[in-house]
Amino acid sequence: MKPVVNDFSIHVATVNGSGSQTANNVLLRAIFQMGIPVSGKNLFPSNIAGLPTWFTIRASKDGWVARRGNHEILVVMNPETATQDVAGMGPGTVIVANEAIKFPELPEDRTVYRVPMAKLMEPITTDVKLRRLVVNMIYVGVLAELLGIEEAEVTRALNAQLGRKPKAMALNQAAVAAGMKHVREHLPKRDPYRVERMNQTAGRILIDGNTAGALGAMFAGVTVVTWYPITPSSSLVEALGGFLEKHRRDPATGKATYAVIQAEDEIAAVGMVLGAGWAGARAMTSTSGPGISLMAEFAGYGYYAEIPGVIWDIQRVGPSTGLPTRTAQADLTFVHQLSHGDTRFPVLLPGSVGECYEFAGAAFDLAERLQMPVFVLSDLDLGMNNWMSEPFAYPERPWDRGKVLDDESLAKVAKFERYRDVDGDGIPYRTLPGSKDWKGTYFTRGSGHDEAARYTEDPQAYVRNMDRLQRKLDTARGLVPAPEVSLTRGAEVGLVAFGSSHWALLEARAELAAAGVHASYLRVRGLPFHASVAEFVRQHPRVYVIEQNRDAQMASLLRTEVPERAANVRSVLHYDGLPLDAASVTGGVLAHESAAQGAAR
Amino acid sequence: MSTATSTPAGQPVNRIGLSKADYDGSKTTLCPGCGHNAITGGIIQAAWEAGLEPHRVAKLSGIGCSSKTPAYFLGHSHGFNAVHGRMPSIATGVHAANRDLLLIGVSGDGDTASIGLGQFCHLVRRNVPVVYIVENNGVYGLTKGQFSATADLGSTQKGGRANQLMPIDLCALAIELGCGFVARSFSGDQKQLRPLLKAAFAHPGTAVLDVISPCVTFADHEGSTKSYAAVKEHDAPLHDIDYVPYYEDITVDYEPGTMREVIMPDGSHVILKKLAEDYDPTDAALALRTLREAREEMKFVTGLLYVDTEARRFDDEMELGGEPLAGLPLERVRPPEQVLDAIMASYREGSAPVGAGGG
Repeated sequence: MKPVVNDFSIHVATVNGSGSQTANNVLLRAIFQMGIPVSGKNLFPSNIAGLPTWFTIRASKDGWVARRGNHEILVVMNPETATQDVAGMGPGTVIVANEAIKFPELPEDRTVYRVPMAKLMEPITTDVKLRRLVVNMIYVGVLAELLGIEEAEVTRALNAQLGRKPKAMALNQAAVAAGMKHVREHLPKRDPYRVERMNQTAGRILIDGNTAGALGAMFAGVTVVTWYPITPSSSLVEALGGFLEKHRRDPATGKATYAVIQAEDEIAAVGMVLGAGWAGARAMTSTSGPGISLMAEFAGYGYYAEIPGVIWDIQRVGPSTGLPTRTAQADLTFVHQLSHGDTRFPVLLPGSVGECYEFAGAAFDLAERLQMPVFVLSDLDLGMNNWMSEPFAYPERPWDRGKVLDDESLAKVAKFERYRDVDGDGIPYRTLPGSKDWKGTYFTRGSGHDEAARYTEDPQAYVRNMDRLQRKLDTARGLVPAPEVSLTRGAEVGLVAFGSSHWALLEARAELAAAGVHASYLRVRGLPFHASVAEFVRQHPRVYVIEQNRDAQMASLLRTEVPERAANVRSVLHYDGLPLDAASVTGGVLAHESAAQGAAR
Repeated sequence: MSTATSTPAGQPVNRIGLSKADYDGSKTTLCPGCGHNAITGGIIQAAWEAGLEPHRVAKLSGIGCSSKTPAYFLGHSHGFNAVHGRMPSIATGVHAANRDLLLIGVSGDGDTASIGLGQFCHLVRRNVPVVYIVENNGVYGLTKGQFSATADLGSTQKGGRANQLMPIDLCALAIELGCGFVARSFSGDQKQLRPLLKAAFAHPGTAVLDVISPCVTFADHEGSTKSYAAVKEHDAPLHDIDYVPYYEDITVDYEPGTMREVIMPDGSHVILKKLAEDYDPTDAALALRTLREAREEMKFVTGLLYVDTEARRFDDEMELGGEPLAGLPLERVRPPEQVLDAIMASYREGSAPVGAGGG
């Protein structure tokens, strides 16, 4: 049969808490180390242990890393979901199953490899607990041998994770070897799927978005980090705490040049950020949808009193508790317009782990330049899965602390008024508590204030202030990351997306081209919209906004931005909690296009 | 040194050369006779006497009548009027950013004992250094006459309804949570309040002062246990003090050990004396028992209830020391390029920790 090389998706069905995470990452890494573009999607339950969990490893010679709805290879390790898992596999697919697990007989056109895992584990260890953990390495060995993943790479990947624990290393390695040996001796290959060494991953790293964001924050000079644990945000601050502890000690005194405070809830977490920001520190917190809801009041306070702070929202499925371990992009309009009254916030929309790193730092510069809370919207898919990336670059520029008047600057001015727009960009100057010059003293409040920060209920003073805040946000258009635009000459279709949808968009765009639909593509990377976004919408007769929420949130923002083109903006929506796949995008766009064709006739 | 206003000749100055006027704020907009104004006066006096440097003080508050008062004292100190019940989190953030600031937090019974109860508890647990003053009038002054969580059992509102819920004793709660400085006073008792404030300024952790401050407009009627008349009748100070009128700024200075007769707005006369000279404020169990007994007798125990300067400090927990985080330059907070290179190598090789999640 004709081999299918470096182009398949492996779907592993196990039980969470069983150590399959390690096994799956070994496979992922081994393929990556062979220079083959690869991605991993962890579909884990909202539970500590015992519930079903799935992991998808996609190898793609073309570099496509988005999730695929269909898989070529299934690994059956969970009896509870086995029937449902095999039912999802089509003709020509492969099932590698733990022999002990029963499922209905399958048609001949599926290749089934049964492996006596318990028997293979016997000589390796008699400890029942250890067996349960290490048995997953059997399927690593089986797949490696079947697919042709080099044993040396598997060992290297295993060593990278377990090298510091020689006993664990030995056990796991023995299990891998047992799986490989069993295939060689008992399971002749009857399927076409294989890997072959490439050189597409040279120099790259494999990292998750939350860790990337944490690194970006540290190198941007964050000093106050607050948080309350919530899936899928916790790993960002946990990673950050680890990095800070290692790399941010004063060499002379050994004291910390940072503070990480676990707050009692998200209201306290954001309050601490604003207090620290007011006092002149780079402060941030990270949360998910439910935490953002709690932070609404303080966000509005930060907007109106004009205090810098960075708030990450690693989006998950809502509403309410929702699906805590599933991904979504459904907090967009909420975050952008957070709080009561007329408020509006800059929102950064990273689409890759590299942008998580980069935007972490950009968010601080922006927050301090604009003197307001700035939100960074990531999601579970980007934040918690491992992605390939070029290594991150050391920041070249110094930081931007914004318009702060210290004692030296204060000495040069005759008068200081906290909310006076002296430069015309809507952004006043601020002073910090602790500075000696009494000229700089002022009172911060969430109630109505005039240019001198005095309490006032005067109608005109209120209007002047609100208009200036609007001017500030207009200034932000040119400061947030500009969109990434790829124009196809003569294209009638323009695709718009943001965040982690990017990877499915790249693949879908190629599929659409093959189907005769040549589309331009714009990826929004920040709100408020850069001028080029409206231009893109006006340039294309049919605009399709692809997003991972039910209510077409980005599309609604676009329609408000370009009202005369509102009827030309249509939606492709994906909101089942699974990461976006190219087929959904392609199918959705083609359906719109044929409807448009039909309407045109 | 701060840029002091030129002091008219003859005005007394404190140890840093400032007159009392330098510690004043804007004119109050609170009701005439409000207890909070007296507390404001006490803060001004105490700050001046203690020689606080205004630029090193930050005033914080929540929302409510008492929370307006930071505008009325220490006009040369930065102020932060936050949102209802959430000033403790602001205080914690301010302190983390700049540990050199002396924080004075003003709150009310609604701001602290209702919406703010959670943040109050966690502030105390963390022992963040804040002089935390609750100006306690037992009703929501700004929202016109509803009961507060500190309202005593049986006390009545202006409309005649009686409170049936157990009151929250902020002092007992603070002691229970390990607070190292807990005091109660009365807005009209400046002689007691001022030394308590000065001691609180010097305390290295959270200092809670629950100051009963009768509301003229909504509480001063028969049946309210926090009216002037009620407090006068039930007040049981732990240490003998003279009673000083609180509806005027405190300008009088008198010898300790003397008695002072004052006339209340309702015409009655009050004289107080020092009691319980041998009260031991380092015994937490005694403090709690004293508070419980007083509540059962419907008295207000005032004075320094509990003190412990050895409680674990927030800064030690955070391993903070030396310069404030807010002022650190870029080179002290941006690790060198080699650090990033090494981290990138670990994510290239896979020796870095695996991404989080299930499995």
